[in-house]
Amino acid sequence: MKAAVRPPLAWLGPAVVIGGLLPVAVLLLDARTGALGANPVQRALLQTGVLTLATLVLSLGCTPLRRLTGWTWPARIRKALGLIAFLYALLHFGIYLFDQGFTLQTVLDDVLKRPFITAGFGALVLLLPLALTSFRGSVRRLGFARWTALHRLVYLAAGLGVLHYWWGVKKDHTEPLIYALLVAALLIVRVVLARRAGGRRPASATRLGASSERPPSA
Amino acid sequence: MAHEPEDPSVQKELPRRTFLRNATLFAGTVAGLGGGLELLSRRPGAAAEGTLPGAVTPAARPLGPYDVKDPITPYAQATSYNNFYEFGIDKADPARMAGSLHTRPWTVRLDGEVRKPQTVDIDTLQSWFPLEDRIYRMRCVEGWSMVMPWLGFPLAALIRRMEPTSKAKYVQFTALYDPKQFPGQRGNVLDWPYVEGLRLDEALHPLAFMAVGLQGRVLPGQNGAPLRLAVPWKYGFKSIKSVVRITLTEKQPHTTWSLAAPDEYGFYANVNPAVDHPRWSQATERRIGDLGRRKTLPFNGYADQVAHLYTGLDLRRNF
Repeated sequence: MKAAVRPPLAWLGPAVVIGGLLPVAVLLLDARTGALGANPVQRALLQTGVLTLATLVLSLGCTPLRRLTGWTWPARIRKALGLIAFLYALLHFGIYLFDQGFTLQTVLDDVLKRPFITAGFGALVLLLPLALTSFRGSVRRLGFARWTALHRLVYLAAGLGVLHYWWGVKKDHTEPLIYALLVAALLIVRVVLARRAGGRRPASATRLGASSERPPSA
Repeated sequence: MAHEPEDPSVQKELPRRTFLRNATLFAGTVAGLGGGLELLSRRPGAAAEGTLPGAVTPAARPLGPYDVKDPITPYAQATSYNNFYEFGIDKADPARMAGSLHTRPWTVRLDGEVRKPQTVDIDTLQSWFPLEDRIYRMRCVEGWSMVMPWLGFPLAALIRRMEPTSKAKYVQFTALYDPKQFPGQRGNVLDWPYVEGLRLDEALHPLAFMAVGLQGRVLPGQNGAPLRLAVPWKYGFKSIKSVVRITLTEKQPHTTWSLAAPDEYGFYANVNPAVDHPRWSQATERRIGDLGRRKTLPFNGYADQVAHLYTGLDLRRNF
């Protein structure tokens, strides 16, 4: 493979982290200059929500991209993108908490009573174990099969995130629809790829054997 | 630096080229990813500057009987953060697009169950009544609020002049339909034209107001020029903008939002902290300019004046 003689793309990881977090700096700058408009809290809430979905979709796209092209670099940035998505989700939730004046009762009411909030909160909760098992040793400790199964939750989280966006929009569902289609398309690609791989190696347990030559798939 | 024999297959012998290439790729990736995410997510609002030069601050005049003492929302914010889907669904769209609206010449059709149906020019209509100032709270169904110094005349004065027949029970308002002036009407986000309505007794209440100005200036396009309704005890969407027709009817009119989402936007739409919107609580609101939230008052703080209009009406069902 060509990649073997290339330098190890040392710049890629830091570039993805800095690029992925650049919007935080812009958001802070916008907040300072008043560019967030007359309702800055609401605007920041919306922007961090969209950023969560965008980075989550990018991280979901890494494995299909690697499989379809044979490039190895997407696998190297998948974790970073996933963690950035989680960070945006936390930021989004933090701004929501601030917006509610950190009154637990209101938040609890929202989560229990309003499907719109339940979906968003559910997505965040699902992302939490994925973020906690993103450390180097986690795959080894959990076992590859269990780690992989756990990290499939990301699709459920993405689906709930899209639903949350969909319900949050009053009119014109174009943007949530785009994210819904992207997540659905990525899921379909994954299912098709898994089927094709499954045709050659039918039992799911044997996927472990193949892992020595390819990084774990989420 | 030691000179070694050149061998293009060994990368470390061209450290500067490698460094430059990697630095370019690094910068390109940062810019590409960061810029792409910005493009996807950033929706800059019109900058919340201070009061525009020339704006009149109505702080000096004595408070009238219908005014509120709350600090007035700065003109720049009141004219840059608007829901006016005729111009687009983003809050910043109306201010950006308002230039496409031409408010002169402008006529208003007055008809329905009236003795004198007629079409009247906006300037003539305005000249029928002495214009007065009203400082009203405005509470949006989305959970934010403003304090608006309107200039205009009581709706009741106009309705009395229309001479309702005994059949008149409701007032239906219709906004301008013209996709050339309203780019938002080129899509079907809502059923155009925008229609709103009031019960006749609500319309005759002294608080129900027709505004032609804001903060001592001619009403800006994004705020509903040249003629808009202001019913401060109801959620903002009831206060229809850019009105071209006022019709008295026998039956309750079908209003735009109650058709678009009947479970979320009722005909009455009285501000009510006890009745939640399906997706959020209505118990609190953010006054534009504040970072925190405040408690929402029943009927937006006008309960003493208007609560009697709804005795015997279940406001949970008739929301």
